[in-house]
Amino acid sequence: MTVRSPSPSVFRPPNGVDRSILEDNKKLIADINRRKILRGTLSLGALTMLTGCSVGDSGPIQSFLRTVSSFNDGVQELLFRPNHLAPTYREDQVVKPPRFNAYYEIEDVKPVDGASWKLELAGLIDNKKPWTAEELYKLPEQDLIVRHICVEGWDYIGQWEGVNLGQFLKRIGADTTAKYVSFKCADDYTETLDMATALHPQTILATKYAHEPIRDPFGFPLRLRTATKLGFKNAKWITAMEVTNTFIPTFWSKQGFNWFAGI
Amino acid sequence: MTDTLTVKSHRRHLHPAALRAMHWINAIAMIVLIGSGWKIYNDEVLFGWLHFPDWLTLGLYAQHGLQWHFFAMWVLMANGLCYIAYGFYTGRFRRKLLPIWPSAVLADVKAALTFKLAHDDITHYNAVQKTLYAGILLVIILQVVSGWVIWKPVQLSSLTDLFNGFQGARLVHFLGMTAIVLFLVVHVALALLVPKTIGAMITGGPEVPADPEADPDPIPAPAE
Repeated sequence: MTVRSPSPSVFRPPNGVDRSILEDNKKLIADINRRKILRGTLSLGALTMLTGCSVGDSGPIQSFLRTVSSFNDGVQELLFRPNHLAPTYREDQVVKPPRFNAYYEIEDVKPVDGASWKLELAGLIDNKKPWTAEELYKLPEQDLIVRHICVEGWDYIGQWEGVNLGQFLKRIGADTTAKYVSFKCADDYTETLDMATALHPQTILATKYAHEPIRDPFGFPLRLRTATKLGFKNAKWITAMEVTNTFIPTFWSKQGFNWFAGI
Repeated sequence: MTDTLTVKSHRRHLHPAALRAMHWINAIAMIVLIGSGWKIYNDEVLFGWLHFPDWLTLGLYAQHGLQWHFFAMWVLMANGLCYIAYGFYTGRFRRKLLPIWPSAVLADVKAALTFKLAHDDITHYNAVQKTLYAGILLVIILQVVSGWVIWKPVQLSSLTDLFNGFQGARLVHFLGMTAIVLFLVVHVALALLVPKTIGAMITGGPEVPADPEADPDPIPAPAE
């Protein structure tokens, strides 16, 4: 079962559901876990792809649709307004805790050890000295109360704090005329931002949620938070950052989701 | 010989070739948008009681539904712009869809419900048809606008406010889809009841004067 924080959607109860029963019976329900069913459907899906049962999920139609998706990347780059700010919200509208999202379930999160963790830097950066969590947490923080919009259609308002990514890039001597900023994460997730979005005033490397250090399931010790992208672009548990002119395909773009994913 | 040719240039099919092409392109794009939209909807439903069965949806997983949706939207928009330009430029909107008098709509609804609505002449739209055809055009325009808001809620943030936020735009987009599906059911059912309308949308239908109001009779050819 997925444990998700309540969404502010008008179609959902504002306070979510009582999760205590779920917590009490966690071991019992582990055996009928949705993940296992999902795994089953995944292999079923793979089978239909092999036999070509479904239109356009592989082959020439799929490559055509991916070409259209790349065209849509270009359209979105043109539509992107570098100085247009996303709406911000009041503190009392913030949903606590934030809603979990990853390519696996919340109980499979592998916490990162903050003491030994380092942010590695690579690519077109002058000072590639790795950063410890302690050093990063001392940087000036920006407060960001923005709406998280998931590609699935749900959304919630969250409050994030951390160093502004544009300022951090300047601090480490990154070439901000480069095309991309790529991220690698502790869970093997990868994400690439266009430079315009990386330099947007509402893009931060978040270290706190609602004034508290970010908790394990939400990306401790460091995650990306940008106000102008869909939720999945906000890489969590970041371990490395690279400034580059070479496009590095991302976890979800490889699976057919639109890369730019701007909102 | 000269006579026939000249007369012919003042008459054309009920549904000219360009219009027929646009009609069927729109039909295909709309069906792709509905099927892929249902796939996308299923990932995060607005109503707990409503999931669309997989065999009715387009795309294996959500990303494939999204790919189809964000392809067909360009087809629908480009084709729709051509159709609107054509409708105004040729006067087809004015000729076929206007005026719509409420009294005439009421009278025709009554006639339709008592099975007395005449449809021998398919070159003339009754008031109910006019209302539905003009109405569905407006719904599709609203669908394009709410679709843009769902795609770009931040870049188009002022427009998003008009929909009372991102979830408001999702709800409007869902209701627009519902209206289009209902229209489709009625439209296809009535076309099947009067099959010559389907033939007309494929072959062009009967010949009509180019502009029946300004030019009720074919102009005779000028003497050589």
